[in-house]
Amino acid sequence: MITNLYRIIKYGIQGFFRNGWASVSALLVIMLALFVFLALIIFNVLTVNALNVLRDKIDISVYFQPDVSEEDITKVRQSLESLKEIKSIQYISRNEALALFQERHKNDETISKAISVLDDNPLSASLNIKANDPRDYPVIASYLNNENLKNLIDQVNYNQNQLVINRLAKILETGGKIGLGLTVILSLVAIFVTLNTIILAIYSTKDEISIMRLVGASNKFIRGPYIIQGALYGVSAAILSLILMAPLIYLSSPYVKILMPEMNLQGYFYGNLLKLFGYQLLFGITLGAVSSAIAVRKYLKI
Amino acid sequence: MISFQNVSKIYNSHSVALENINLSINPNEFVSIVGRNGAGKSTLIKLLIGEEKPSKGRVIFGPYEVNKLKPQELPDLRRQIGIVFQDYRLLPMNNAYENIAFALEVEGRAQSEIEEFVPQVLDMVGLTQRAYNFPHELSGGEKQRVAIARAMIHRPAVVVADEPTGNLDPLHAAEIVKLLIKINELGTTVILVTHNKDVVNSLHRRVISLDNGKIIRDEEKGKYMLA
Repeated sequence: MITNLYRIIKYGIQGFFRNGWASVSALLVIMLALFVFLALIIFNVLTVNALNVLRDKIDISVYFQPDVSEEDITKVRQSLESLKEIKSIQYISRNEALALFQERHKNDETISKAISVLDDNPLSASLNIKANDPRDYPVIASYLNNENLKNLIDQVNYNQNQLVINRLAKILETGGKIGLGLTVILSLVAIFVTLNTIILAIYSTKDEISIMRLVGASNKFIRGPYIIQGALYGVSAAILSLILMAPLIYLSSPYVKILMPEMNLQGYFYGNLLKLFGYQLLFGITLGAVSSAIAVRKYLKI
Repeated sequence: MISFQNVSKIYNSHSVALENINLSINPNEFVSIVGRNGAGKSTLIKLLIGEEKPSKGRVIFGPYEVNKLKPQELPDLRRQIGIVFQDYRLLPMNNAYENIAFALEVEGRAQSEIEEFVPQVLDMVGLTQRAYNFPHELSGGEKQRVAIARAMIHRPAVVVADEPTGNLDPLHAAEIVKLLIKINELGTTVILVTHNKDVVNSLHRRVISLDNGKIIRDEEKGKYMLA
């Protein structure tokens, strides 16, 4: 048993090195498949990241009447916190609002002057509300339109932003779906192309398979080395695809940063290198070994 | 040990490869099977090693009823038979030593046995110096000697040689036949399928002549005659 296993592995490794061009072409195709797979993983990370950034920018601001006490605002806040749709609430007092406003317009002399001549702070206190899911904003908005709160609240900016918020929510959802669809379709294409290349590579050795059958080799003994060989294609392709991806990440990282300042692509790539290599290995070995097993089946019937 | 009982192989109504063949071969016999192209010689061998199934009749080899074996049972049968082909059928990616060792490896034999037997057999076929050459580096005669070494190393009950001299010049052909005689003298049944008149006539052993899928002659100490 162990002798057989040793021989199967030996023949697998030997085939990998002695099969020349057939090995090279199978390896290159798996490498391309893994490269596509890796690019899709990174694309998905980028989309999820972009979606999260967008999601984070959506909120509802509730502006209170200037004469509403802090105590009343705290009560509203507490009642809002009991809603499960809400992720976070940030309270901005009138003074804080003024400070923020001044900070934002400190380079604009006209506005700075205008504020300094005012006796009273014209700004309202507000609550900044973020939902767990962008689709939940209508629920929160309708809660805020409730009769009991009407005399406390000056305005809810959701109504003005409703269209934009809904559209963003839709875009986020569709973006996620497109990413998933692309992953599935391109993975299927990669699997199909790999399977065909390996079938061709093994087709070129079909005479050898028939010789082995005639000498009395069992199907397991014939199939084993091909599966090992397929797995070796997967391992080498995993390493090569990462090496190929590294310069591309290096080159594209600055452009990604312009589009998404929060995303450090290169940092992500090197920070998750082991995990990515693990995925590549898993996908590569499975792709190589399963394709080989399927391909060799055809010729084991003599 | 080997018997064909009422065996026919019909591909279609226009192509009858074998018709009602009855023959038996005893242990330690050296049998030549002769006939024109398409007489059914190779079909006979294919039926014996289970590469094809008869349309009718039974093919018996020792304890096996070959026509009833399932694909997964064929390796066991084939390990009892050593086969030599006209086109050598060596594994092109493996050197001479590895090709010969392969027949022992598929049986799961220990590495120590392989290391002991392969050099002995290489010596017997006179290829000790060529052990690490690949098939494309060997001449036709050398390739055929490797094939014979592979066919006999696991001490099969029968060695079947299908036109082993077909691609060789008379000198190399004679060497191959000498090897087959030696194998037979060591106690192995040899079935030689051939076109080569000189080879058959020099053997003075049993000759079975086939024509149009039928046995037309079966003689102890026969000669090569097709009519």
